[in-house]
Amino acid sequence: MEAPIRATGILGFTLFSLLFFVCRSSPLHNLFISNAERRIDVTSHIVKVYLTLKVENAGTTPTSEVLLAFPPTQVDHLATVEALVTKGKRKKTTLVRLDVKPTELPDAPNGAKYFTIYLANPLNSGESTTLEVLYLFTHSLEPFPAEIGQSESQLVHYRDSALILSPYHIKQQTTFIKTPSTKVESFTRVEPTNRAGTEIKYGPYEDRPPYSFSPILVHFENNSPFPVVEELVREVEISHWGNLQVTEQYTLVHGGARHKGVFSRVDYQSRPTLSGASSLQHLLARLPPRVHSVYYRDEIGNISSSHLRTDSRKSELEIEPRYPLFGGWKATFVIGYGLPLQDFLFESSDDRRYLNFTFGCPLLETVVDKLTVKVVLPEGSKDPSAVVPFPVDQHLETKYSYLDVVGRTVVVMEKKNLVPVQNSHFQVYYTFKPIFMLAEPLMLASAFFLFFVACVAYLHIDLSIRK
Amino acid sequence: MATMPILPNMPALDLIKSFKLKTKQQELLIRVSILCLVYILAFITRLFSVLRYESMIHEFDPYFNYRTTLYLTQNGFYDFWNWFDYESWYPLGRIVGGTLYPGLMVTAALIYRILHFLRFAVHIREVCVLTAPFFASNTTLVAYFFGKEIWDTGAGLVAAILIAICPGYISRSVAGSYDNEGVAIFALLFTFYLFVKAVNTGSLAWSLASAFGYFYMVSAWGGYVFIINLIPLYVLVLLITGRYSMRLYVAYNCMYVLGMLLAMQIRFVGFQHVQSGEHMAAMGVFFLLQVFYFLDWVKHMLSDTKLFQAFLRITVTCAVAVGAIALGLGMLSGYISPWTGRFYSLLDPTYAKDHIPIIASVSEHQPTAWSSFMFDFHILLFLFPAGLYFCFKRLSDATIFIVMYGLTSMYFAGVMVRLILVATPAVCLVSAIAVSATVKNLTVLLRSKNKGVQTGSTKGSSSSKASSKALLDQSQPFQKNGAIALLFGAFYLLSKYATHCTWVTSEAYSSPSIVLAARGAHGSRVIFDDYREAYFWLRQNTPPDAKVMSWWDYGYQITAMGNRTVIVDNNTWNNTHIATVGRAMSSYEDEAIEIMRSLDVDYVLVVFGGVTGYSSDDINKFLWMVRIGGGVFPVIKEPDYLVNGEYRVDKGAAPKMLNCLMYKLCYYRFGEMLTEYGKPPGYDRARGVEIGNKDIKLEHLEEAFTTSNWIVRIYKVKPPNNRW
Repeated sequence: MEAPIRATGILGFTLFSLLFFVCRSSPLHNLFISNAERRIDVTSHIVKVYLTLKVENAGTTPTSEVLLAFPPTQVDHLATVEALVTKGKRKKTTLVRLDVKPTELPDAPNGAKYFTIYLANPLNSGESTTLEVLYLFTHSLEPFPAEIGQSESQLVHYRDSALILSPYHIKQQTTFIKTPSTKVESFTRVEPTNRAGTEIKYGPYEDRPPYSFSPILVHFENNSPFPVVEELVREVEISHWGNLQVTEQYTLVHGGARHKGVFSRVDYQSRPTLSGASSLQHLLARLPPRVHSVYYRDEIGNISSSHLRTDSRKSELEIEPRYPLFGGWKATFVIGYGLPLQDFLFESSDDRRYLNFTFGCPLLETVVDKLTVKVVLPEGSKDPSAVVPFPVDQHLETKYSYLDVVGRTVVVMEKKNLVPVQNSHFQVYYTFKPIFMLAEPLMLASAFFLFFVACVAYLHIDLSIRK
Repeated sequence: MATMPILPNMPALDLIKSFKLKTKQQELLIRVSILCLVYILAFITRLFSVLRYESMIHEFDPYFNYRTTLYLTQNGFYDFWNWFDYESWYPLGRIVGGTLYPGLMVTAALIYRILHFLRFAVHIREVCVLTAPFFASNTTLVAYFFGKEIWDTGAGLVAAILIAICPGYISRSVAGSYDNEGVAIFALLFTFYLFVKAVNTGSLAWSLASAFGYFYMVSAWGGYVFIINLIPLYVLVLLITGRYSMRLYVAYNCMYVLGMLLAMQIRFVGFQHVQSGEHMAAMGVFFLLQVFYFLDWVKHMLSDTKLFQAFLRITVTCAVAVGAIALGLGMLSGYISPWTGRFYSLLDPTYAKDHIPIIASVSEHQPTAWSSFMFDFHILLFLFPAGLYFCFKRLSDATIFIVMYGLTSMYFAGVMVRLILVATPAVCLVSAIAVSATVKNLTVLLRSKNKGVQTGSTKGSSSSKASSKALLDQSQPFQKNGAIALLFGAFYLLSKYATHCTWVTSEAYSSPSIVLAARGAHGSRVIFDDYREAYFWLRQNTPPDAKVMSWWDYGYQITAMGNRTVIVDNNTWNNTHIATVGRAMSSYEDEAIEIMRSLDVDYVLVVFGGVTGYSSDDINKFLWMVRIGGGVFPVIKEPDYLVNGEYRVDKGAAPKMLNCLMYKLCYYRFGEMLTEYGKPPGYDRARGVEIGNKDIKLEHLEEAFTTSNWIVRIYKVKPPNNRW
């Protein structure tokens, strides 16, 4: 069952590192990693990797940059990288978030990509620090077989390296892979390797030179559904009359093993655990508190299968697509809700206003391939500017809504490959004169006034030719 | 108004004059506010379904109308006019611009454009959903003016109120019922009103307006044939009763000639006004009017009556003979097409049953039951004859028209359920005359009794004054009390009518039929949204060019909501194509697969109510498929599916029935299903029997999708087996 994949062929590849080992006076070679522990969580379709690095400076000059390396195949699926450092001693430890930025290095072997962690305090010669790095991969579990029937369970491949790819020398390292169940079809052995329960342990490996790589392949059962939002358009419309209207348009697809052949409702209803185990039946959206007028619909009307639970701190909307999604099946839908404006709109010190809202997708455990956030500012607002914690594509549009004359300015932000962890806040600053709020009511009032004047005039003017 | 001529005779005091004007203003104010309230009432009483479900399009045909309106707003009028729709009637397609009445879509698109011009960013769906209630409101206004034209303002007001809530009209004009009739009833009544106005005034302007009204009606609904036959019939009756006048001549000629020319602009109607047998009556009456005019002129020129009599006889004989010969020649040469089956089935209720099963298969084409008359008209059914009595008592050109409209449309309403709709405005108007005249007489009686001493000062309208005097002369005992009792009775009846109408609207006519609602075990409302589940599945998870075969009822919905090509749909223009589908459904699977391959079918959709007890499913419609299929392909014989003339699906069913495609697709794997506690598996709740064939194997088809309550089942046609 868990026979290691024929490793002989792969073993030739194991050490393809040490290629362009050019000795320059770069800080790369001053640092080394004394201990690394990596925990890879593949229980859902988002692969979470927790990496603990103990970095030591063996050089003479202090350095404040630590590099992380990724193979080019992985970096395309990399959704987010976060680095934390523990501060304080023993019991009074606090975690401090560090800046992480993608970096290009000229002499990257085999197209490896880098991220630089900027330490808060430079690491002096001889000192060491422990970094906690978290990164997430999307679309990294490849269903195998790629097509399954209704009663089969979903098996996936996960590819990685048994050794941590790093530009530094690693003295000791261990990798743990946590699978969702004990059902593992096969895994590559790179001794010492062993498996206990739902965990596969690679290592410990001692004294590996920089850019060591040893490909592994794990084939295991993962029956969790793979909800992937191919495209999400979030529109946030600000009304200074006290409402913030959010409209989210989803194109949802089940990204797991494609469904093939028959869909039998009898089997699905009578044997729910065996049949369609990996089907996507419901999703949970976490909405802000005090949400109101929630709707859930699609192109052909309202979808009645949703439940809203609200309390003072959060609102949860549980939605079911019209039909259970099997692998490769699609569904499009729209969620809309209103929010009280005072929770999200504030005045900044320079007399401008700003909206503070979450950027990401409110659906839990969902990957978003392409996200577009549109902030519709009220008519008459000027100088919009957006502040987003990560790089996004931005441009401006104009939208015409009820009773608009000049149109509303729309700030559009686009980002690819997003995971729920990134639901961080963004701000849109703009200036707005409150007098513009009265424009539309005045327009309506004057229209009615003119109508009545016309009626009065018509009743009092005799237009007939004959007298 | 009757007080006006008296004013100059009275001591001309400015004070009194202004006072008089004030009562007139008060009357106007009351009238306008009643009309406004009725206008709003007519709109909001039709919103039950929006409040109870959602703003959605109902039933079957409205989905096609919605789809075309969407196309019109997205692609513009010329693209719409030239639209060739590949998604319906595969592989034939449909020339949409030439096979529909565009009035409804153009109206909705126009409203949409105007709202967007005024910066109301509404969705086209909302416009479509609310078009019918909006036009119902407008109809109440037309009914008011019509009632005012044929009787008086009181009758007009009552007519507006009656038609605002009459269930016969509401059935086709609730929010979401986006169908031609919603607009057409407005157009119909408006055309009639304008024509009556034209006849009453003899004004060219009014008859021009009625020609345009007719044009709008032609663009909106096939029911315009009713107008083009009723108006000539009316003119003929006026001619026979010796009511020929110049006013009539002007009104009819202008309306007919212009209306005909305008109607030819609608591509679907084309040259039917000069080529089809159904329109020949109008043309005959047109020529007859010319003959009358000519005779009138000759009579004017000739002083000798005897000579004129002879001349009259010769001319009329010649004219009739020439007309008959022309008609006969036209018929023989095929220039004038004979009457269509639909027209025949209107004149002869049994015709469709024997000759056109596809018309007879539609439930709304059945002859009307007494109960549905009562359901749709309620007290109007009793008030209608009373109104006719009043009309006959005060015959005029206008009342003759409403009497004829009422009587003919009542006949048609008896022939087909759906034509109750056409009768409703007439019934409301005639009943309004009855109500208004009765109430007016009674109140006049009451008031005159009070002011018995000063009779001279009470000035009613001339007719009511006369009648009240007549009543006074008799001076029966307890007259006043009797009048009060009668008034209370009338108000009781009217309030009963209002409650009945509201109840009918809310219970019977406000369900979208796409979403089914039922009461659960604990009294809670259970929603079956299976149709949309299936259509949305089709839309999202089948190839965009997939062809879906289903019975024609679901064709429009599949194209509109599922966005997939269908073989047949609700525009039942090609009987053979429908019969082919009927034949496939009623054949054995290996015969059916040949038909389906030849039609390039990818998916087959059936509607099945056995799990939920939903009775209008395909198994219950199946005999119509057999009949329609058998009408074209004699291999399909109805007796093969019956046992001793009885239609059954249990063990005693006919072997052909148990193994035909429709049976297999509906009951595939149903035998394993427990539907009701205490019943064997495979118990069909819609028919209340255990099914006869539980071991169904499919060879060429496989189950692709079944909705959560099994109402819609979709099967995929498997590709042919590999030969190597």
